[in-house]
Amino acid sequence: MFKRLPEAAAKPVRFEVDGRTIEARFGDSIAAALLAAGISPTRLSAVSQSPRAPYCMMGVCFECIVTVDGVANRQGCLVQVRDGMRVETIRGKREVGA
Amino acid sequence: MSGRDLKAAYDVVIVGAGPAGLAAASETARAGLDALLVDENAGPGGQIYRGITTTPVCNRSILGNDYWSGRALVDEARTSGATIVQNATVWSLDRDLQLGISISGVSRLLKARRVVIATGAMERPFPIPGWTLPGVMTAGAAQTMLKSSGLLPAGKTVVAGTGPLLLLLAAQMLRAGAAIDAILDTTPSGNLMKAAPRVAGFALSPLLKKGWTLKREVERQVRVVRHVTSLAADGDDALRSVTYAARGDATATIPADTLLLHQGVVPHTNLAMAAGVAHEWDVRQHCWCPALQGDGRSSVEGIFVAGDGAGIAGAAAAEWRGRLAGMAVARDLGRAVPDAQGIRQRLQREERARPFLDTLFDPPKAMRVPVDEAIVCRCEEVTAGEVRAAARLGCTGPNQLKAFTRAGMGPCQGRMCGLTLTELIADTNDMTPAAVGHLRVRPPVKPISLSELAGMPFEDAAVKAVARG
Repeated sequence: MFKRLPEAAAKPVRFEVDGRTIEARFGDSIAAALLAAGISPTRLSAVSQSPRAPYCMMGVCFECIVTVDGVANRQGCLVQVRDGMRVETIRGKREVGA
Repeated sequence: MSGRDLKAAYDVVIVGAGPAGLAAASETARAGLDALLVDENAGPGGQIYRGITTTPVCNRSILGNDYWSGRALVDEARTSGATIVQNATVWSLDRDLQLGISISGVSRLLKARRVVIATGAMERPFPIPGWTLPGVMTAGAAQTMLKSSGLLPAGKTVVAGTGPLLLLLAAQMLRAGAAIDAILDTTPSGNLMKAAPRVAGFALSPLLKKGWTLKREVERQVRVVRHVTSLAADGDDALRSVTYAARGDATATIPADTLLLHQGVVPHTNLAMAAGVAHEWDVRQHCWCPALQGDGRSSVEGIFVAGDGAGIAGAAAAEWRGRLAGMAVARDLGRAVPDAQGIRQRLQREERARPFLDTLFDPPKAMRVPVDEAIVCRCEEVTAGEVRAAARLGCTGPNQLKAFTRAGMGPCQGRMCGLTLTELIADTNDMTPAAVGHLRVRPPVKPISLSELAGMPFEDAAVKAVARG
C-alpha cells in the first residue's frame, strides 16, 4: 500500500495492465506505478507460483519483471510508463509457445 | 537515443551516473577525452541522488541538503563535454575493453581505451523467513519510490535492520508525512563497545553531528525496539505481520502492511567480476571488494573501479574516487591533469570515518547467515537449510552449489544470494569466506533478448567465422 504526496501531482499517464487501464504519474517506473495502483502480487514465481512484488526498486532483484509491449522479462523498475503501454504480469514459468 | 547512435569507439566509457561516474565523466571530458557516460536509470544521480533532476518532492527539507548537493555534480558533468546516455544497460565488458550496451532494445558492441566501472552499491541481502512476500521491500526501495515518484508507504509500516541509511530513510519518510509503527533495530548490543576505540577517525568527520541529529529526530517520533535477534515476515499471499525477538525477551508479533529491510550496503560487483577484475573478501564489511590501487586501477589493464563499487565509503568518497580515477585515465592517455593532492586528502578524511561506522553498524551474523527455513536464493527458491545440507555433503563453494541446488542461477544472477551463499558455506564447513570464494559471473550481466543479440552489426570476419557457405 502506497500513497502519493500531494505535491507529486503531475500529468497522468494511462497504460494497460493485463487488459485493465491504470493511471500513473508521468515519470513513474512500471514497478512504482503497479505498487501505487495497489496491484499485488505483481508476479507469480517460476518455481512455486508463489506471490511476489517489487523488492529493491533499483535493478538488482528481478522481482518486478513484467512483459512490456510483448517483450518478456523486462525489469519493471527500470522502464518508465508511457501512454498506451501494454504490460502483462508474469504468472509462473513460461510455457513453450505461450 | 538508441544503440545505433553510439560511436564504435570512445577514449573512455564510464558505467554508472552516480557521484563517482559523474565525477569521472567530468574529469575525463574536461581533460579533452572523448568520454561516454552510460547509466541504466531514467535520469542521472545513481541511487543516492536518484531523481535529482526530476523529483516531485519539492519541499527541500524532506530529502535534506546532502541530497540536493548532488545537483551540482550533474550540472558539472552535463557541461563537461561528456556524452551522457540514460536508460543504457551495459550487459558485457571484457578484457579487451569491448562493451555490450543496450539502449531502447538495440544493442551495440563498442571499444574503449579505458573503462571506469562506477556501478555503486546495492543493499546487503537480508534473508529472513518470509522476505519474498509482497509487502516486504528494502528500505532503499522505499527511498527510491519517495525520491522518484513521491510515493510513501500507507498502512502499518515497520522498518527493520541496522545502518546509517536506515535512520536517514526513516527521517525522510517521517518528514514527508509517513507513519512508522516501529523500528526493529538489529544492531548487536556489543557493537558500540567494539566501535569505541575507532571513534577518532569518525569524530573528525561531519557525519558524527549529522548522525546524532538524525537519531534524535527519528527516536522522538517512533518506537524503537533495540537488540532484535530474530526476525520473520508472516503472511500467505502478502505480508500481514512481523515476528521478532529482542535480546532476553519473548517473541512478539506486530501487524504490518509494509516491512522495510536494511542492513547496510555492499559493492555491486557483477560487471567488474564478469570482466575478470580480481576481488577480495572484506572481513570488516562482509562482502567482496575489487582489489584496487589508490587511483582505482584494477587487476585488468585499462579497467578502473570507482565509488562505492570499490568498497563502501559513502557518497562524498565516491565523488573523490571518481575524480581520482578520471584523472588517472586522462594521465594514462597523455592529457594534462590538475594536481590531485587536495582530493586525495578529502578522500582519506571520508575513509577514516568508515572503521567506526562499519563496526558500530556491523550486521549480526544471524541476519546474514539465516535460519534453515529462510529462502536464500529468491529466484530459484533455495532455502538456507538446503545450502547447509549441500555444504555438509561436501560442496565446497557457490559454483559447485549451483549443480547441487540451482542457487544463484536465476534471473538476478546471484546478486540477491551470492554473499549469503559464501557466508553460509563458510559457516557450515568452518572455512573462511575468502577460501569459499564467490559465484563466477559471466556476461550478459543483464538479460537481453536473442533477437537483440542477433540484430547487432557484426564485422565480415566475425560472420565468416561462424556462417556456412
